[in-house]
Amino acid sequence: MRPITYLRATDTATAVAAVSTDPTSDFLAGGTTEVDLLRQNVLNPRRLVDINDLPLTGIEGTPDGGLRIGALARMSDVAAAPVVRERFPLIAQALELGASAQLRNMASMGGNLLQRVRCSYFRDAESACNKREPGTGCSAIEGFSRGHAVLGTSEHCIATHPSDVAVALTALDTRVHTLGPNGERAYPVDDFFLLPGDSPHREHPLEHGELITGIEVPAMPLARHSLYLKVRDRESYEFALVSVALALSVMNGTIADVRMALGGVATKPWRARRAEDFLIGAATVRDNFALAARVEMADARPTPMNAFKVELAQRAIVRALDTLGDGTGPGAGSGSSP
Amino acid sequence: MSARGPALTERGAALEERGPGPVRVRLSVNGTEHTLDIEPRVSLLDALRERLDLTGAKKGCDQGTCGACTVWVDGRRVLACLTLAMTCEGREVTTVEGLAGEGELHEMQRAFIAEDAFQCGFCTPGQIMSAVALIEEGHAGNDAEIKEWMSGNICRCAAYPHIRAAIRAVRDRA
Ligand SMILES: Cc1cc2nc3c(=O)[nH]c(=O)nc-3n(C[C@H](O)[C@H](O)[C@H](O)COP(=O)(O)OP(=O)(O)OC[C@H]3O[C@@H](n4cnc5c(N)ncnc54)[C@H](O)[C@@H]3O)c2cc1C
Ligand code: SF4
Ligand code: FES
Ligand code: FES
Repeated sequence: MRPITYLRATDTATAVAAVSTDPTSDFLAGGTTEVDLLRQNVLNPRRLVDINDLPLTGIEGTPDGGLRIGALARMSDVAAAPVVRERFPLIAQALELGASAQLRNMASMGGNLLQRVRCSYFRDAESACNKREPGTGCSAIEGFSRGHAVLGTSEHCIATHPSDVAVALTALDTRVHTLGPNGERAYPVDDFFLLPGDSPHREHPLEHGELITGIEVPAMPLARHSLYLKVRDRESYEFALVSVALALSVMNGTIADVRMALGGVATKPWRARRAEDFLIGAATVRDNFALAARVEMADARPTPMNAFKVELAQRAIVRALDTLGDGTGPGAGSGSSP
Repeated sequence: MSARGPALTERGAALEERGPGPVRVRLSVNGTEHTLDIEPRVSLLDALRERLDLTGAKKGCDQGTCGACTVWVDGRRVLACLTLAMTCEGREVTTVEGLAGEGELHEMQRAFIAEDAFQCGFCTPGQIMSAVALIEEGHAGNDAEIKEWMSGNICRCAAYPHIRAAIRAVRDRA
């Protein structure tokens, strides 16, 4: 690990100024990505600007039924907040099914959105990797790709976006608020995560030094009936092979409204708009669930090693719809086994 | 780490850039103030083990995947390997060495012995720090819940059933 200097910021403006005026500075929140990748020599900032003292830890319900979460609220605190559990069970579940209790106590919501991919070629600081060193090639495409993405890939990068809670937030039309050298901004979450295309090193539209200040989830009554289903190689403390964030409203056996996003299968948190379009107005029967799943996965481009994900994702989508579609209570069903 | 107190550094000193060479850092560990000169890149785990001779917290992976380094910062269980020591200025650090009372082991330590909850013992300090926090957090309701909320502590000897027995014993005594 290279030597670094350290600065503890006490207000947001100073933090933004410190990082935006110095290309070799990074923000430090919980450090569970930043310190890890510093030590692996994947990231090499000269200076860390510690933002943990900034007053961005709030977790509040808005009067109209939405949610406002500060960028430095910890995963564990957000998951435990009664207003989150009641209004958006899928957010609480996505958080509690991620990482471990210790990591969730450390990790912040802002840092979670900006965590880096778990592709082993990216992490080894050695292999050819377009994300780490643009133009060097992608070792995963011909290499070990069992955990990699099947949707949103390009010939330059096929790494899966690793976050769980970002998947739940993507199903919910969340907005990401920032403060940069040019003032405040708000990004729809779907625009916040970029497809790799021919520039996989660009993962989001933020300028250097632009600070995430908070996350705003709009009111969505149907989200009270929601779940996050995560399928993985071991039952806990493991990233998703496939995950489904789902909110569903059923009336008289017909789907009145639905929000769905997928994790573990795509290069960004994947809003399943095709499945949503298919399902609205459809009867809650298994055949429709299976068709919706097939429509969503139709464009999948698997490698020989991760082809199983195409089928697994469809089954997970059907399972999630089955669970919420048969009248199970709000927030029910957050299983983790396939 | 939501309840973060003000830094021990003076007002205004927060804007001071420190390092990359050794800088003076004040750490409060198990109720004792320590002053040490360390580089900003030094992890809490290395500061505890290499500088303060508190070798209870173990280095298993150094990348957040095993839990052997579990300690508490301001009463919350965290991973010392992914925490920079400097970020703990103004916070209270508790390690397994700080768990026992005057000449008497903590009840979780006694339960680990009584239930034979370890073999090689390498993961044990982390397991115990997690287990005490687990009960405090109220997540030891049943075995499934204990499994899920202890999943951040890997045991290569697979002493899991005995670890759960120790946790149940302490939970049921409380
Ligand atoms: C072993 C292990 C298992 C894990 N398992 C899961 C899992 O199952 N599911 C899951 O979702 N995640 C998982 N994670 C990832 C973890 O959730 C993230 O590392 C964490 O959320 C990052 O948050 P942080 O506060 O620690 O960020 P940091 O590491 O401090 O920062 C991450 C990045 O974001 C930048 N940054 C931080 N905050 C801001 C801000 N407010 N504005 C702008 N930039 C900022 C930093 O400069 C850095 O580049 C796992 C991590 C580990 C180590
Ligand atoms: S998949 Fe992406 S992150 Fe992994 S080696 Fe290829 S370019 Fe790098
Ligand atoms: S040494 Fe910290 S988690 Fe393994
Ligand atoms: S007792 Fe050996 S690793 Fe747990």
